[in-house]
Amino acid sequence: MRRQWPYHLVLMPLSLLFAAPLVWMLITSFMPDAEINAYPPRLWPSHIDFGGYLKVLTEDSYPRWFGNTLLVTAVAVVSHLVLCSLAGYGFARLRFRGRGVAFVAIMATVMVPTQVLMIPTFLVFKNLGLIDTLSAAFVPWLATAFGVFLMRQFFLSLPRELEEAARIDGCNRLGVFFRVVLPLARPALATLAVFTFLGAWNDLIWPLIAINSEETYTLQVGLTTFAGARHTQWSALMAGNVLATFPLIAAFVVAQRHFIATMSFSGLKG
Amino acid sequence: MAADALTLRRRHARPRVRLMPQLTGWGFVGPATLVIVGLSIFPAVWALILSLRDDNLLAPGSFVGLQNYRDLLDDPDLRAATLHTLLYSVLYVPGSLVIGLPIALALNRPIRFRAFYRTCLFVPYVVSAAATGILANFILDPQFGIVNDLLAGAGVARQGFLQDPSQALLTLVVVSLWGSVGLPIVVYLAALQDIPRELLEAARVDGAGAVRVFRAVTLPQLRPATVFLVIWQTIDALQLFDLVYTTTKGQPLDSTTVIVFYLYQQAFQLFHAGYGAAVAYALFVVTLIVSGAALWHARRGEAPS
Repeated sequence: MRRQWPYHLVLMPLSLLFAAPLVWMLITSFMPDAEINAYPPRLWPSHIDFGGYLKVLTEDSYPRWFGNTLLVTAVAVVSHLVLCSLAGYGFARLRFRGRGVAFVAIMATVMVPTQVLMIPTFLVFKNLGLIDTLSAAFVPWLATAFGVFLMRQFFLSLPRELEEAARIDGCNRLGVFFRVVLPLARPALATLAVFTFLGAWNDLIWPLIAINSEETYTLQVGLTTFAGARHTQWSALMAGNVLATFPLIAAFVVAQRHFIATMSFSGLKG
Repeated sequence: MAADALTLRRRHARPRVRLMPQLTGWGFVGPATLVIVGLSIFPAVWALILSLRDDNLLAPGSFVGLQNYRDLLDDPDLRAATLHTLLYSVLYVPGSLVIGLPIALALNRPIRFRAFYRTCLFVPYVVSAAATGILANFILDPQFGIVNDLLAGAGVARQGFLQDPSQALLTLVVVSLWGSVGLPIVVYLAALQDIPRELLEAARVDGAGAVRVFRAVTLPQLRPATVFLVIWQTIDALQLFDLVYTTTKGQPLDSTTVIVFYLYQQAFQLFHAGYGAAVAYALFVVTLIVSGAALWHARRGEAPS
């Protein structure tokens, strides 16, 4: 084994530099505002102060926004897992008329940027009376081309023999799918769930456009608006940030071992 | 007669027998196809029609042909926004690859604390643009921000960062890199792990040094990952909106107004739906050209081998 210290000499400071803003966010969320604004600056609170959290959780609609986002994200994840794994399996294994056309049509949508879709989608939702409702926030997240592609690639990488054995034993397609294929797809489903969770939880531009009233805000829209209104109450802002961010970090840490494996089969090799 | 009846029956029977796989197939793919294609092709066509009209977001207008497209060519604000977007992309895209690749190479070695490093470098990627923006405003605040306190401690003058027109765009690039360099790292790591070990060993046995192995074997093997990342990061850069919205809102002195932010202002604050759609389509075409050029370049590069 060659010497490791040159690597550590670069990676250690860099990693700490990357983590520092988040650590500082966590520390200041427990600091009273007077200490955050003190000069010379303090790097550690004199005592653990929950003032920021208390303010966020009681004085604002924050818990409501949190609930809204939780609902939107849950619908997005469940719908993604169901629709994308069904479609991914269909495209990977079943033969039927129009399969090629449907797959190309789905993949073509990747090219169309959100910005092109925003204005007409807003108009459609307005005409349906869905603007300013939570369903407006989750409709674009029901299924994505990325999800279908990811699941299709995964199912293509599975050996067919298991499914054929189950078919010979008299299991129908849906039975094979639920009893044989899905249990094997756990790593891909975990990756898809985390990516969808991330996307739906962090989405900003679409809920910003589709939702106007404070009680229907999602967390990201609420955070941004709230930051504008309270721009010196840093402990409350940081507490809000911590609560909005840590569920994601937790999800990532739990699922991170699946990421790299999934990326290498999902076809980055062109 | 009997033969006729038989062929007739067979002709009718054939679709009936094959109906089941059709239904099963569409049962599996139908719902997702309907949602994805319906929410994208239909609005995309509508946006194209809108871009040829002078509709207000709240009330329909009339057909104006290519007027919106002509207008956008002489719009000085859009030109400024395009310039900001280009400057941002030119710094952000190569920056993320140049930082990401060496880190991935280092993380691909069997060193201690690898999981710790990887987690630290990737975690900012999951933080939302809203939280990142609030955090950036806090840390980089000219008066109270910790970065200026640290700079003052080191004897460096306090900086304006996001509130200084000459620094704001550059600061946004740095904040974006912090939040997104995790992606190139992970993609390159995955690609590095796919390089066949025999290939590297063969090069070493042939007497190639570390630098030579990297240039002759590793880099060409990483090419598909690089092409993917260039396209992905360029699209990301051209579509920059969230971070601008949550930090500068295009200020100070419009120095950070980028194309999508301008589009948002036009369509959803000034309600110019037709003009906004035209700007969106122009951006779409530019994105297609850039991605196409990157793919074409990649193909051409592969051809000799």
